Amino acid sequence: MENTLLQKGTTAPDFELHATPDQKLKLSDLRGKNVILAFYPADWSPVCGDQMALYNEMLKIFKKQNAEMIGISVDSKWCHMAFSQDRKMHFPLLADFEPKGAVSRAYGAYNEKEGQCKRALFVIDENGIIQWSYLSPDSINPGADGILDALEEISNAKK
Amino acid sequence: MSKLRTPVTDKDDQTGNLKGKAVLVEYGDYQCPHCGHAFPLVKKLLQEMGEDLHFVFRNFPLSEVHPLAYDAALVAEAAGRQGKFWEMHDMIFKRQITMTEDSFAQYVSTLKLDPKRMQADIADQAIIAKVEDDFESGVKSGVNGTPTFFLNGERLNSYDGSYESLKEAVEAAIT
Repeated sequence: MENTLLQKGTTAPDFELHATPDQKLKLSDLRGKNVILAFYPADWSPVCGDQMALYNEMLKIFKKQNAEMIGISVDSKWCHMAFSQDRKMHFPLLADFEPKGAVSRAYGAYNEKEGQCKRALFVIDENGIIQWSYLSPDSINPGADGILDALEEISNAKK
Repeated sequence: MSKLRTPVTDKDDQTGNLKGKAVLVEYGDYQCPHCGHAFPLVKKLLQEMGEDLHFVFRNFPLSEVHPLAYDAALVAEAAGRQGKFWEMHDMIFKRQITMTEDSFAQYVSTLKLDPKRMQADIADQAIIAKVEDDFESGVKSGVNGTPTFFLNGERLNSYDGSYESLKEAVEAAIT
């Protein structure tokens, strides 16, 4: 399978992953909302910490655009729980843990060499179609301007 | 991706020479140690190049990581209503390491601000909106952490934490 990032216009592959040790989240349950998927290499690593901290502050802004933020890495649900509590995260971090990296692979966002997610962003519209995707170098925090532009485009297209 | 998308207006907190050739915008967080580090550098820059430098500070508080950052931003903005934004801005950064939630009342009294008015202004919708609009303008311009500087509308990527890196960039912008 070619490991390139899924592009605009593609139906977002559905998945169901642990958000907490006893709760799972299914992408298709979020139909009717825009969804931001942020794949990131690892909990606790410095760049990811900053990137997720930024998104954590932006939830109100995303909400205005009817958008839900979701983080995904191959860390386990227990690791996510500790990271999330430590950083006071208010959005779900999903564990692409078993089979390891399966969802990341389906999105073309898996780094086979390192065995972790690439730093990739997807904006999925209310119908489950990818409207924007972006691959950032591992060491660079991509910020959120691209996400906001994509959400704005979705909302303009509806007018 | 690297442009300042919200232009500087008279609603911004600004100092230096407002007609200066170099317009430096900082997105900062009052509890961020890197912003605390940058604070004296910007001060020095204003002293040395104030003729040419127009400096703007915009709020970018990461309040889950820095629990006092958002309140500090409100306090500085509210002090601005009494004409002492920069006095408060300086005080907060100078005392960043020892700042607690009780510190703000001390700062207010040290700067001889009217405490009642401060209290009302901190809760004022327009002040809250200023802080939140600053933040939103930052993320739209690609700010992903603090401090992030923009020089004449372009993101300043050459700042490496040293005074020289700031100074060289500003010098290049005025020549």
